[in-house]
Amino acid sequence: MSCQQAEPGLAGAAARRPPGGAVGQLLPGGPGGPSLPGVDGDHRGCCGPQLPADEDGAAAGQIPARGPAGSADGGAVSAADAARLHPAPGDAAGQGGGPARSPGQPPAAGELGRVLPPELLPPARRRGRPGAAGSCGLSPRWPGFLRVLRVSGPRESLCPREAAPEVLSRLLGNLVVKNKKAQFVMTRKLLFLQSRLTTPMLQSLLGHLAMDSQRRPLLLQVLKELLETWGSSSAIRHTPLPQQRHVSKAVLICLAHLGEPELRDSRDELLASMMAGVKCRLDSSLPPVRRLGMIVAEVVSARIHPEGPPLKFQYEEDELSLELLALASPQPAGDGASEAGTSLVPATAEPPAETPAEIVDGGVPQAQLAGSDSDLDSDDEFVPYDMSGDRELKSSKAPAYVRDCVEALTTSEDIERWEAALRALEGLVYRSPTATREVSVELAKVLLHLEEKTCVVGFAGLRQRALVAVTVTDPAPVADYLTSQFYALNYSLRQRMDILDVLTLAAQELSRPGCLGRTPQPGSPSPNTPCLPEAAVCQPGSAVASDWRVVVEERIRSKTRRLSKGGPRQGPAGSPSRFSSVAGHFFFPLLQRFDRPLVTFDLLGEDQLVLGRLAHTLGALMCLAVNTTVAVAMGKALLEFVWALRFHVDAYVRQGLLSAISSVLLSVPAARLLEDLTDELLEARSWLADVAEKDPDEDCRTLALRALLLLQRLKNRLLPPASP
Amino acid sequence: MTAPCPPPPPDPQFVLRGTQSPVHALHFCEGAQAQGCPLLFSGSQSGLVHVWSLQTRRAVTTLDGHGGQCVTWLQTLPQGRQLLSQGRDLKLCLWDLAEGRSAVVDSVCLESVGFCRSSILAGGQPRWMLAVPGKGSDEVQILEMPSKTSVCALKPKADAKLGMPMCLRLWQADCSSRPLLLAGYEDGSVVLWDVSEQKMCSRIACHEEPVMDLDFDSQKARGISGSAGKALAVWSLDGQQALQVRGTHELTNPGIAEVTIRPDRKILATAGWDHRIRVFHWRTMQPLAVLAFHSAAVQCVAFTADGLLAAGSKDQRISLWSLYPRA
Repeated sequence: MSCQQAEPGLAGAAARRPPGGAVGQLLPGGPGGPSLPGVDGDHRGCCGPQLPADEDGAAAGQIPARGPAGSADGGAVSAADAARLHPAPGDAAGQGGGPARSPGQPPAAGELGRVLPPELLPPARRRGRPGAAGSCGLSPRWPGFLRVLRVSGPRESLCPREAAPEVLSRLLGNLVVKNKKAQFVMTRKLLFLQSRLTTPMLQSLLGHLAMDSQRRPLLLQVLKELLETWGSSSAIRHTPLPQQRHVSKAVLICLAHLGEPELRDSRDELLASMMAGVKCRLDSSLPPVRRLGMIVAEVVSARIHPEGPPLKFQYEEDELSLELLALASPQPAGDGASEAGTSLVPATAEPPAETPAEIVDGGVPQAQLAGSDSDLDSDDEFVPYDMSGDRELKSSKAPAYVRDCVEALTTSEDIERWEAALRALEGLVYRSPTATREVSVELAKVLLHLEEKTCVVGFAGLRQRALVAVTVTDPAPVADYLTSQFYALNYSLRQRMDILDVLTLAAQELSRPGCLGRTPQPGSPSPNTPCLPEAAVCQPGSAVASDWRVVVEERIRSKTRRLSKGGPRQGPAGSPSRFSSVAGHFFFPLLQRFDRPLVTFDLLGEDQLVLGRLAHTLGALMCLAVNTTVAVAMGKALLEFVWALRFHVDAYVRQGLLSAISSVLLSVPAARLLEDLTDELLEARSWLADVAEKDPDEDCRTLALRALLLLQRLKNRLLPPASP
Repeated sequence: MTAPCPPPPPDPQFVLRGTQSPVHALHFCEGAQAQGCPLLFSGSQSGLVHVWSLQTRRAVTTLDGHGGQCVTWLQTLPQGRQLLSQGRDLKLCLWDLAEGRSAVVDSVCLESVGFCRSSILAGGQPRWMLAVPGKGSDEVQILEMPSKTSVCALKPKADAKLGMPMCLRLWQADCSSRPLLLAGYEDGSVVLWDVSEQKMCSRIACHEEPVMDLDFDSQKARGISGSAGKALAVWSLDGQQALQVRGTHELTNPGIAEVTIRPDRKILATAGWDHRIRVFHWRTMQPLAVLAFHSAAVQCVAFTADGLLAAGSKDQRISLWSLYPRA
């Protein structure tokens, strides 16, 4: 439980906090503690008579005069307020807290003062500070709930161990059970319509529900509804990630509060909604959504079926997952969050406490060993170096030629030779481009179909790098082969995605300036003009061409007198992009058949993950094709592709499409954009505006906004604002 | 194990290339003997001895005296600037390197075609003792130099079945003048010979494979031997001149070509067939470093007095390392 952060809108509320906190602090005995029957009685007493008045629709303003605290809030839930609470981001309680104070409050505070014995009042009030006089802390109107949630959170200035739910219970009593509107607000509105409640607030709220036996059925009900929402596929698709996180947290907190017997009755129901949710989430192409699904599924299944084998997913632990798992640690019903806080401490403190012990353990025998040698020169301290690299030496059977590698990879039964061939391949390919070109497509085929025969460390990386090397060495045929295989029948999704990765990486390698340095080339010292790249790459006579250039340069240099000192300044040597001549081979075949489903491969159907990767890959290829002549045609095709898929349900695909649009805007020359792609751009623009405003996925919105900004910049450049 | 995060193994301080053939022997020449310019001698498979200056890190001269046959052993004599080199052409050459000369002044013909390296025992006196593999397959011959007169031949008994001698170490205890010889044999045993009595004092079978090299620390009366197998053996010599195995140290990969204890007797290095140099703490035999730099078997290691380590490998390179330099 962290302390409450002060929000700007709550300046007033902050001033009003002390009573709530102070009550909690001064009453360590818990609700209904014997020490202060008067206070509890006061709350309950006030609540009771209040309720009928509410349901009659009595004006809220009239009520507060009768009682302080929760009773006043109970009467305040009106439809207008509910509308105001609707989670337009940013309003939250900040607005609600401020204006909601009614003139009826000071008397209420005074009443509290009358009810409480003077020694129980907060110090400020005892001293009679004027500002604290009205600090009863609860406005008569509904946002009071939020404020109560905040007020009840523990704060630094007060006792940090304060159990927030207890304070909340003290303030609200059993209002939730008795008042339907309060119930609506606390069990539905705050949980399902708000995603801005912080974790401590959630814990206070749910802890409050869990504290009383009358309220506990409500908690179970809440859990069912939460899980139902959590498991609904449309909710997963259409709610933003923070909201999903919020619901997951609420589920976990509920589970932490509920005991085994309570869960048993509704086990099937909970399990069903959980399974649905896990399925949908694991289907998602967004890693955070998948991870949420895994974590919640682990915890829920462990709680519902404690006797069964535990469900265990593999995911990377990060801050969020740790937080979620910490929330899920079960806590006894009445104990509140302070217990969770303390239980966390040893868990984190233990490992460091153990490590020194281990070090000592490990160190002692060696020291003894050294001492037992009865030698005097023990002052020398040699710190050993890392010896983790000391492995068994594999007999070196690495093939020396590319053809040998192919042969070893296809036919060799000797695992060591097979592995050595795989390891040696990338270097061999780069070293002998000519030999590679003779077998390039065959080699690509072998590598694409290569399966991990044994546990080879870094197999995927080795295979990918080898494939990239082959593609870079002989781009056009290999790219043709790979792109044709992308839509072929008998491949796994993994292989198809590998193809996309390899194409991207190879394109990146080819378009990198200075890439030519690898192949021996007659030096061309003059910075190439970017309008000549194709000629320089394709014509076999280019070597001759650069030769005369060297001669001319030399002649000019010898006849030029330079007045400045220092050698002639060399900019980074420019070189033609090798990608420009082959970009089409990489790009267009990938676009051809995405809408024709195969038996094994349905891009527009369930294989949306690959579709997302395809969109990202196309965007990347577009981006790398900057300054090439084929960029305009690529951009046009890509915009058509985007247009066809713009309403795709999967956020990852949409992200790919949006980044593809950005790369079109970046790569295609501005003039050509306006000339050749006007219609497509206008269409895309309206879609972008729509996405930027309405898309549930935050990344999509950001990407759309970026693309819009790029468009805007383009417009400013082409049509200067001064023109009208 | 002791430190939570051991430092990564260091890189070589510098590397000498240019022997153009596998390096089989290394020897440092330094201190007063080197007259201010420390040298490193390296013997290569092509029969050449390269003389490297450690200051310029270049080859100063090349000595060619073994007719293209592999040079297996190099040793300088304490007096004068004289170098001994043993080659697979069954010749042991004595070079005079003083004043820029590089001429063979004397040579001894060997009669063994084995891999055994010779050993010398030389004080300041003009006369010194040389142990070379002898005529028979299991003999060691002791010569008095420079007269080349044969002192004796150490021949094990017929039923000993030691096989060929693989490595020799002549030494002399500080307190006595009796020269002793430690020899490792093909059957994996280490034998202590008393040279003057021509008697086998002690024999231990500490390896299952042929002993490839051994080194002995006469102050601590402890020695170490490496074999073609996977273990290093540490043994000691007690007052009754009996060898005792003190322990063995298991290696990751089999094959040790040479073992050398640093002159200050703090650490030792082994040249491994697994391309790696291993460094151990001599007193505790705690592994200190595994240096993986070479791309082929390491054939020889040598130390300077101030702690510089040189390793020559089949990959034709000589790497020089500064590990745990002396304060």
